[in-house]
Amino acid sequence: MTFFRSRLAAAWLIAAGAASFAPAAMAQDLELTIMAPAGAGGGWDSAARALQEVMMATGNARSVQVVNVPGAGGTVGLAQFVQSAEGSPNQLLVGGITMVGAIITNKAPYDLTAVTPLARLTGDPLVVVVPASSPYQTMADLMEGIKGDVERTIWAGGSAGGADHMLSALITQAAGADPAKVNYVAYSGGGEALAAMLGGQVTAGISGYGEWQGQIESGDLRALAISYPEPIEGIEAQPLKAQGIDIELVNWRGIFAGPNISDEDKAKLEQAIAQTVQSPEWQELLKARGWSDYYAPSEEFAAFIASESERVKSILTSIGLAE
Amino acid sequence: MESLTFLMQGFGTALDPMNLAFAAIGVLLGTAVGVLPGIGPALTVALLLPITFKLDPGGSLIMFAGIYYGGMYGGSTTAILLNTPGESASVVTALEGNQMARRGRGGPALATAAIGSFVATLIATMGLAFFAPLLVKVAIQFGPWDYFGLMLIAFVTVSATFGSSPLRGLTSLAIGLWLGLIGIDQLTGQARLAFGVPNLLDGVEVTTLAVGLFAIGEALHVASRHLFNDEKPIAIKGSIWMSRQDWKRSWKPWLRGTAIGFPIGALPAGGAEIPTFLSYTTERKLAEKPEEFGQGAIEGVAGPEAANNASAAGTLVPLLTLGLPTSATAAVMLAGFQQYNLQPGPLLFVQHPALVWGLVASLFIANVMLLVLNLPLVGLWVRLLKIPLPWLYAGILVFACMGTIAANPSVVELMMLVAFGVLGFIMRRYDYPIAPVVVGLILGPMADSALRRSLQMSLGDPMVLLQHPGSAIMIAIAAVALLAPFVFKGLARFRHDED
Repeated sequence: MTFFRSRLAAAWLIAAGAASFAPAAMAQDLELTIMAPAGAGGGWDSAARALQEVMMATGNARSVQVVNVPGAGGTVGLAQFVQSAEGSPNQLLVGGITMVGAIITNKAPYDLTAVTPLARLTGDPLVVVVPASSPYQTMADLMEGIKGDVERTIWAGGSAGGADHMLSALITQAAGADPAKVNYVAYSGGGEALAAMLGGQVTAGISGYGEWQGQIESGDLRALAISYPEPIEGIEAQPLKAQGIDIELVNWRGIFAGPNISDEDKAKLEQAIAQTVQSPEWQELLKARGWSDYYAPSEEFAAFIASESERVKSILTSIGLAE
Repeated sequence: MESLTFLMQGFGTALDPMNLAFAAIGVLLGTAVGVLPGIGPALTVALLLPITFKLDPGGSLIMFAGIYYGGMYGGSTTAILLNTPGESASVVTALEGNQMARRGRGGPALATAAIGSFVATLIATMGLAFFAPLLVKVAIQFGPWDYFGLMLIAFVTVSATFGSSPLRGLTSLAIGLWLGLIGIDQLTGQARLAFGVPNLLDGVEVTTLAVGLFAIGEALHVASRHLFNDEKPIAIKGSIWMSRQDWKRSWKPWLRGTAIGFPIGALPAGGAEIPTFLSYTTERKLAEKPEEFGQGAIEGVAGPEAANNASAAGTLVPLLTLGLPTSATAAVMLAGFQQYNLQPGPLLFVQHPALVWGLVASLFIANVMLLVLNLPLVGLWVRLLKIPLPWLYAGILVFACMGTIAANPSVVELMMLVAFGVLGFIMRRYDYPIAPVVVGLILGPMADSALRRSLQMSLGDPMVLLQHPGSAIMIAIAAVALLAPFVFKGLARFRHDED
């Protein structure tokens, strides 16, 4: 249904933006190109296009273009961006936790220290579910099951080495079992994994909350926990942390500029982004898409990336996907 | 009756002006490419894939389906007036249709083809709306083992039905399967056969392969054969309307053709060629005046034309409910779904009901549009044949390269496009079928994942494939379908030696 309505939503947003015209005089002359290092329709692509829509509607940029450079968890796009956006004041890149993982597993030539972090934008909670017919009622039951037989606890979720896979490893570790033995069946995404969940072929599943929201609300899947640090309004399932399991994993997305840009350009871009994410249009869009605001300015974001890279690397090593 | 409600909502979606426009573009394009010999709906959809990736998925899929249906209508026009079938599915139509045209009855021949197509499509699309949800109910219970069995059947039947011999079909399929191995393995995240080229990490793009094989390959093939079209279409004389007698002789063949075409199209072994031949032989046997066959019998046009349109609707059943393409166009349309991250299969009906039912409803609308386009405007379509082939194919070459570059701006991609074009040319030259390559690339990784997921869930026990009745039966069918032709051939030779 969203496909046919998205156009309308876009038109509405643009109209709304035009009404509250031009709050930021300084950044208005920006003419940006945002690279989505993934194909059309995916998470990074929609993040890039969302930013495009709102930046233009709020007058924080005169024009924004989105280019897609798909490939290898975003590392193809990253490599191209590092080479082409050196010192450029008008080129941006969207990235996220999957890219951090892909850089490590693919042994990519560049990592995120090569680009300039501008801001962390959104963070989506992952959800741990079991089929409605499962004997497991709570997270504690599931942990007990993992401890009993780690290999017969079959997980379904998104691609190997992605955030879903990492969370299954963290939970297994927290249950006191060896994360290298996780029996994780990878699907191309939550949609495809859903069939295995509904067919009762697997024990538990992990995906972005939004992808399984319909089935959770209809009762076909039972949500045991979310991986977000705090409870989220409208989501019944409680955070792992609130259930006494010290794990948080957020599927975050952020925006970067090219290597070695001048302080002046960086400040200008940071301000344009900050004004965009504070606008009511952006908040409206987050709500429409079911995304959670996870904004952090550039310094905080840079520190976050450094710690996140370390953590992802150690998780992937525990699964056996990285040395 | 639930599906009726959904279908009504689907009409709401399909009647959206944008979607109506997409359907109109689709049927116009489809009829045009159906009329032009050599350019079929598979090639056209393949060409449009890279260009439509930024459009609304619902709209562009509606357009693709319009092209598919339109191609089936348009193919009959050239078959009748020029004795050159625009489509392989129209080969049979040419037999009687061209004879009718030579005897000054081109008008009624075109009319019975168009009205028969309309009737068949109408009934078959209703069949699609009715049967698809039933099949979905079964398919939603499918485990990875069942999918693996299904893929095996598809591999065998696709390589057996396309092309002149099963061995050629299997060779083409093997090329596709090999290409499908390239890239990051979905289950372990490890790169396979990428040789350190980052662009290969995501595997070979189906669109690049399809455009290369179908469009560039065909253009090279036409160029190599100096194919100049100097045949003149036969002018339509007299009334284009059918007489009372024509109606009387046509309506039963339309219904019989539909009854033959729809189920065969829906089977994994489908395709549109077999039902048209079957329908032709049936009509000849049942005709009141069998001596007219070969001299322009209207039944011989009405039946096969209905059959080929019904089978087009039939192929959409396994495509939408199982994600299984049974014709070249369906294979390319599957790539169209995948480029929007939509995986045809039972869950498509659960997760995107508006998209599916909008598509089905728009098929009814496209059908009406096609009747209007084809009956009164047939003279216009024939003029398309006056376009010089070099212009046409030069245009296709430019379009193919631009489209690929627009979707994926990389030199590696363009080089692959050219390489696949050369491959397509060589395969055509030596009579290897093209469609199994595309099917192999799409279904190969799916079969790979299905098998390994089954083994992962059974903790490595291969018996899991035989313990589930569904997969055991399907694997048995696949084994029989693969071996039977060879066994029969061997037996025949054996008997021959005995004599």
